[in-house]
Amino acid sequence: MEGADSLSLNTSRTLSDWLALRQQFPILSREVKGKPLVYFDNAATSQKPQVVIDALSHYYSYYNANIHRGIHTLAEEATMAYEATRDAVRDFVGAAEREEIIFTRGTTEAINLVAYTWGRKHISEGDEILISGMEHHSNIVPWQILCAEKGALLKVVPVEDDGSLSMSAFHELLSERTKLVSIVQVSNALGTVNPVKEIIDAAHRAGAKVLVDGAQSAVHLDIDVQDMDCDFFAFSGHKVYGPTGVGALYGKRELLESMPVFQGGGEMIKEVSFEGTTYADLPYKYEAGTPNIADTIALKAALDFISGIGKAQIRAHEDELLAYATAELKAIPGLKIIGEAAQKVSLVSFVVEGIHPQDIGVLLDNMGIAVRTGHHCTQPLMKRFGIPGTVRASFALYNEKTEIDVLIAALHKTIKMLT
Amino acid sequence: MNSKPILEIEKEIIEDFALFDSWEDKYEYIIDLGKKLAPLEEQYKIDENKIKGCQSTVWLRADYIDGLIVFKADSDAVIVKGLISMLIKVLSGHTPEEILAAKMDFIGEIGMMTHLAQTRSNGLLAMIKQMKNYALAYQAIGARKDTV
Repeated sequence: MEGADSLSLNTSRTLSDWLALRQQFPILSREVKGKPLVYFDNAATSQKPQVVIDALSHYYSYYNANIHRGIHTLAEEATMAYEATRDAVRDFVGAAEREEIIFTRGTTEAINLVAYTWGRKHISEGDEILISGMEHHSNIVPWQILCAEKGALLKVVPVEDDGSLSMSAFHELLSERTKLVSIVQVSNALGTVNPVKEIIDAAHRAGAKVLVDGAQSAVHLDIDVQDMDCDFFAFSGHKVYGPTGVGALYGKRELLESMPVFQGGGEMIKEVSFEGTTYADLPYKYEAGTPNIADTIALKAALDFISGIGKAQIRAHEDELLAYATAELKAIPGLKIIGEAAQKVSLVSFVVEGIHPQDIGVLLDNMGIAVRTGHHCTQPLMKRFGIPGTVRASFALYNEKTEIDVLIAALHKTIKMLT
Repeated sequence: MNSKPILEIEKEIIEDFALFDSWEDKYEYIIDLGKKLAPLEEQYKIDENKIKGCQSTVWLRADYIDGLIVFKADSDAVIVKGLISMLIKVLSGHTPEEILAAKMDFIGEIGMMTHLAQTRSNGLLAMIKQMKNYALAYQAIGARKDTV
């Protein structure tokens, strides 16, 4: 953490500070197809700083052990490091208690956990689950499965032309039949930031619980689950500069305590006999089997890295990149930005008239630029905009304006080659 | 119909690509092939002709004429169209047996292996598989006819 700590000043960072931060990400110095890598696929997964890579390597080379039950030194060290991440996640999302943090494989598993436990218990025939038209498939399919099983109804809040959520439609669709609102805080395809506080307040007044999908928001926005008052919050480690395969579910204690268990196995039990089994207390009740120890431990390094810089500083830098990229992209003839909501994170989705997004992606890759093309796992949203997909450039704290210049020049070349 | 053996056509394509000294030239050639590909009639752009596993939409139709398979295809992405144009150039107008036996090594030789590896987004592998599936189906039909 030396690098990040030495940079955690209260004053604004200078360009050289940002460059120093960038140097902590070893992958960013590699070349792709003979050109310096420009990595703009951060909404899919972010790159990892050296501290995260070191934490992984240190765990495996120094104190690898199974956690919680061993009494030897290695097991104790591994358990302490693993549980230290739980505290870091609690701080990261602003939870009141560490027991409210359940480790999962990521956002998808966290949402499924809620669907399979809370959902199985509380959703019944005729109930309604409210989602939005900009949900990732991960926040659609688990509810479709649950609704089909229970005879419940999945209702969808439509998206406006500018990519914002129709709040008037939301208030109309919300009723006493609504048992759950599951909403994405930041759209992965459009960048839209949804007014989750307003949604949560209204949902609670209607007697519904709220799950916030924080897969995209956790890296960009300050998260405070107590202030938000959401019932569940899910996010993925690999999108917050941490390792793949680890994420977390936050849930209010009373909910987590009353929910049935998810998977059965080791770790999640208190006592097992063939006559019956009693389950462990929170949070272990939902963490069956040997968890992903190494990645969970390294996740703390990523969260510390972020807090060492400060989310406000990161946001300011990313907003600057977003404004610059938006202006530069708009100047390209035939290019249309999809998603221009007033509140956005640093992500631009666009289409170019007469050109398939995939063609753009293939040629940009030949110039060392990594963007995402396609439907971004939001097929209903693409259908709503009448497009097969978009090209998406998403920015992280280590990106620079000069990289956007490279993208713009490459896009001009790409369009010329394709038309 | 195509009188040249598949391997010979592959060799010609490899020779063509050897002339390109930049990625731009290579892709401009593929894009050009895509633009020039004989259009697939609208009535054939139906779901059952769609190839699954591609990020873009690809339609492929195969006709069995005098013991030879004639492929026609289209896509909404021009690079994919160029790639499938090369596949058609190599495989169309051949017997099911020839198509099934084709190793398609030229794809690696011309540096398009990345397209083959990224099956989910580019679908080149899905296209070849579908062409071979047609060959397998028509081979069965041909065999049945022989026995009647």
